[in-house]
Amino acid sequence: MTPVQAPPAHAEQKYLKPFYWVLLFVMGLTGFGQMPIFKRYYIADIPGLGWLADFYTTHYLHYIGAILLFGLFAYAVAVYWGLLRPRYQLTWAAHVRMGLLAAIAITGVFRVLKNLPDVLFSPGFTMAIDILHLVFMMVLMLFGVLFIVLKKGWLVER
Amino acid sequence: MSKKLTRRSFLKGSVAAACATCAAQMPLPASAKAKSGKELATLIDVRKCIGCEACVDACREANDFKYPQPQKPFPKMYPSRVKVADWSDEEGREVRDRLTPYNWLSIQWATVEIDGEETELSFPRRCMHCQNPPCADLCPWGAARKLENGITLIHSDICLGGKKCQVVCPWDIPQRQTGVGLYLDILPSLAGNGVMYKCDRCYNRIAEGEMPACIEECPEDVQVIGPREEIVAEAHRLAKEEDVYIYGETENGGTNTLYVSPVPFETLNAAIDKGPGQPHFDKVADQMAHTDNLAKAMVVAPFAGLAAAVARIYNASKKAGDDRGGAA
Repeated sequence: MTPVQAPPAHAEQKYLKPFYWVLLFVMGLTGFGQMPIFKRYYIADIPGLGWLADFYTTHYLHYIGAILLFGLFAYAVAVYWGLLRPRYQLTWAAHVRMGLLAAIAITGVFRVLKNLPDVLFSPGFTMAIDILHLVFMMVLMLFGVLFIVLKKGWLVER
Repeated sequence: MSKKLTRRSFLKGSVAAACATCAAQMPLPASAKAKSGKELATLIDVRKCIGCEACVDACREANDFKYPQPQKPFPKMYPSRVKVADWSDEEGREVRDRLTPYNWLSIQWATVEIDGEETELSFPRRCMHCQNPPCADLCPWGAARKLENGITLIHSDICLGGKKCQVVCPWDIPQRQTGVGLYLDILPSLAGNGVMYKCDRCYNRIAEGEMPACIEECPEDVQVIGPREEIVAEAHRLAKEEDVYIYGETENGGTNTLYVSPVPFETLNAAIDKGPGQPHFDKVADQMAHTDNLAKAMVVAPFAGLAAAVARIYNASKKAGDDRGGAA
């Protein structure tokens, strides 16, 4: 049987990659906005950034970003396994990124569950989720910088 | 010098004397205990309150051991816009006409007209203990949380005093004291600013089967406590049979503190002093409703992503098939 020739990932490179970067930036910004720091450190005083001091606004945007990110994750996993895998393989940097993104998503889901009415977690567990969510995001940012320096992308051709 | 005996001071003295005779702590009646997993709510009947402040005294006495003991001098904080919130001097600790870190319950007064007669009403104000409290949901640190019995609690040993809970609270209830708490051990100059304090509905007393102090010591039985559905049913009965108005049943999606009043709450709201530490009686929409709906959308999002992926794979396969057909 002739193996199916996978197409190049042009569409993903052209549209999804910038979308992913913008989304990650917004998630980082609104995520840090959950802490009362943007007003204290004058960032919300910058014209056009006043919304960063509105906890409800940053919270809605963080949720909307999470919805888009979950959709994007499902799309990326399915397209890779269903279409691109014969042509491309994941780099070790991609595995690190996926692990961290999964950790961020899982801790984020627990945080969303905690915010639902009638869902109660212990203070220790809640604090662990909060801290881990923040730590995983910061580690992802550090690795993101490292991978840019090392020029390590997600996919390499087989 | 003769000191004029006001109605208020007379009532305060009488009630204090009466309370002093009640040495034994009153147990939480069986009817007031929530069944497992049920939330307890309180019903405050504005008509019964005489403004004697016995509840204020009881609250201060029962919770005195929880009050902040700040370290001075306070660490210098940066940037300079970060202000110290200090209620710890003698004068600050004595403030009773508003909520402070040392006064978790205060009495509000309103002069309204009932049946053409000018009437002075008084009523205790404190944390509403929301069913889905934004302070607990949005606390970035897990310091504020809701208990199974409907109490919203701020852990003073965890709180960093960022005041986010006050900002997102529809009634601006939690109050900050600088110079105390965990932030002193982390980055006291750069992050945090003390601890937020508010009514915890005497969670420790309730855990031991006792009544909250403000309810126990009230000489007029202004407040009752019980499972929320029973409290709501009682409020509805009063509204139907005694023509009173209800506040708290639906405010912010529902709270575990309900008020009944002989005048509409719009009238009461217009007649009270409002401001820092003096909560309003405005209508309040459910602050967390939008995010609760967005949480549901998070469940659907991966399926939408999968559908888009299937479309992408189908189109790519079709194009590959067309190309092969064209080449043949």
